[in-house]
Amino acid sequence: MITRFIDRHQRWLFPAPAVIFVVLMMVFPLGYTLWNSFSGWSLTAGRPNTFIGPQNYIALMTDGRFWNAVWNTLYFTALAMSVELVLGVAIALLLDAKDYRGKRVVTSILLLPMMATPVAVAMVWLLMFEPTAGVINFVLGEVGLPKPLWIAGSNSVIPSLVLVDVWEWTPLITLIVLAGLAGLPSEPFEAARVDGASYWQILGRVTLPMLLPTISVAGLLRFIDCIKTFDIIYGMTGGGPGFSSETLNIYTYNQAFYYFNFGYASALLVIFFTIVTGISLLVTYSRRRLEV
Amino acid sequence: MHVKKPWYVLVTVVMLVAMLAGCTPVAPAAQAPAGGEAAAGDMPYAGTTLRLVGANHPWQVAITPLLAEFEAATGIKVNFEAYGEDQLNQRLTTEFTAGSSDIDVFMQRPLQEARVMQMNGWYEDLAACVSDPDYDFEDLADGAVGTTTVNGVLTGIPIVTEQEVLYYRKDLLEAAGLSVPTTLDELKAAAEALTDKDNEMYGFVARGQRSPLVTQFSSFLYSMGGDWFDENRQATINTPEALAAIDLYATMLREYGPPGVLNMSWPQAVAIFAQGNAALYTDASSIYANVLDPELSTVADKTGVAVFPAGPAGSIMYNVTSWGLAMYSGSQNKDAACEFIKWATSKEIVLKTQGEGAVPGARESVWADPAGAAAFPADWVEAVAASANGRGYDRPLVTAVTEARDIIGGAVNVAIEGGDFTAAANEANAQFQALLDSEQ
Repeated sequence: MITRFIDRHQRWLFPAPAVIFVVLMMVFPLGYTLWNSFSGWSLTAGRPNTFIGPQNYIALMTDGRFWNAVWNTLYFTALAMSVELVLGVAIALLLDAKDYRGKRVVTSILLLPMMATPVAVAMVWLLMFEPTAGVINFVLGEVGLPKPLWIAGSNSVIPSLVLVDVWEWTPLITLIVLAGLAGLPSEPFEAARVDGASYWQILGRVTLPMLLPTISVAGLLRFIDCIKTFDIIYGMTGGGPGFSSETLNIYTYNQAFYYFNFGYASALLVIFFTIVTGISLLVTYSRRRLEV
Repeated sequence: MHVKKPWYVLVTVVMLVAMLAGCTPVAPAAQAPAGGEAAAGDMPYAGTTLRLVGANHPWQVAITPLLAEFEAATGIKVNFEAYGEDQLNQRLTTEFTAGSSDIDVFMQRPLQEARVMQMNGWYEDLAACVSDPDYDFEDLADGAVGTTTVNGVLTGIPIVTEQEVLYYRKDLLEAAGLSVPTTLDELKAAAEALTDKDNEMYGFVARGQRSPLVTQFSSFLYSMGGDWFDENRQATINTPEALAAIDLYATMLREYGPPGVLNMSWPQAVAIFAQGNAALYTDASSIYANVLDPELSTVADKTGVAVFPAGPAGSIMYNVTSWGLAMYSGSQNKDAACEFIKWATSKEIVLKTQGEGAVPGARESVWADPAGAAAFPADWVEAVAASANGRGYDRPLVTAVTEARDIIGGAVNVAIEGGDFTAAANEANAQFQALLDSEQ
């Protein structure tokens, strides 16, 4: 009896646990956040979770800190991604160029930063960046170079944070690109060499175009991670000095867990989610066109 | 063949029995120590377990070894969970918002969160709990109790009080032929004279981080004649007095302060001072140990403490209750929780936490007792006593305190970086006014 029921409903029953999980852990929170973004829920203002229409979104449009956060997020993401992509691909090409002894050791060492916990990384860099007692400025001072403020200056804070992100995540790009390089067919390279192409010609006309799908996947992964970077920024600056490293994620966190404006924070999250999804779809779509 | 029963059979049996015993409902009294030292009537709450959530703070360090006394006397078990300040706040808010918390007693920061928590109905009014004449509620300083009383509700019992004071390097002032600054003008002049950036010697250090700086900036603001808002709830962040205060505080940090001051809360600022890199430092009286304890500070023997310098409006520092002990309104053990709160804030225990643990409390009788002040340096006690009439708030008294601090601190940050602080203060004033209006 039960066996027959199972047999007849196999295609519903077997995926059911996964479906329930996805609904509970992804669809429900998303839907609830969307609902909250149209509510005035705030503990500090004493407002309950009731519908107020698109007011939160309207308020966001004139919120200077929101636009500042959008700018900081894009600035951080663009800078970090471009540096990581260029460096990551370059390192992968270097590692792939020639076989030499200890190649695997070098690769393993390169991957070490990725293994570290971001909060621990943040703490270590925080100490190194310290303008008076930090090791970086000590070395710079010994060499006779000027000592920047690093994360304590409003102009230098985002490049400094990017430096940490680059240190930690460039190896990821390298790893993906190395895998991509290993999977490339050898015929086009041989043909190009027979035709007398130089290294740079092969790199620009053969290797990179063939690698493009791989690089775009690596770029997409890094984009999503960069735009939602939280741990290193929160751990090192908390959005400061002033608001000069306050990204959308940090601002949302402040609104939710320091100001207790849950409705407003939800609206921020919905906008954030839209940006990430939009750009991801764009990249996926353009990738498909590239491959055709 | 002789079969030996393996030892784990025995272990399993013992564990099973233990599990079953754990499942059986046992009357609380049965779990009380069976020694018979006290009759059940003396321990009405024996067997109760209280969940106490607090901060990593000297008070927690001072009270923890004393908990055994309380447990022995009442049979109540106290579980103390300690968190960092921010984590504590988030933990409490999350648990209370979810509505399923089993927290009984918690440490509150009255000025930071009492309004929002009171508005959300999370505090049990402690007035009835402390009405017992033996407890002597009147003995607690009026100002301190005023801080924890919100909208007529006694949200917590003050356990830690603090004032803003001036820490200074005796040797450096002496070498420069300067006396201890008693006015803000003298403070600025001394900071300038004692700055020698080439040798990493900075005349002045204080908090420069956006939100943390607001409380220590407050005494500058008050002494210059300013305040956060007036009696009509009009924001006063951009009045001439406030602008002068912002300019003074920011100029001193920019010109005479260490690099990177924008990222400094008190742990970073106190480190600069304790390493001997700063001459003058204004901050809370409660962190004196970081400066005056030879184990934590290389300049302990050369550091003095003075009352906050006077501005045009006089020497107006804050004098606040920084921590209180509160009861969750949803607690299932309110009577036992009340017993604990009364015990922890009783004269006898405060004499220990203050006199031996060096946590400045709010009981006047303890301050009057030489044993209550014995743990503190003499000039510190003098400076604190001279601050008795300070203002009872070190941040704006609004519900959305954190947001208000970010708005105000953001403007001060612009000033510290040398930006157009008048424009920043005007903008901050408008934002703060909007916040005030939304709370009407």
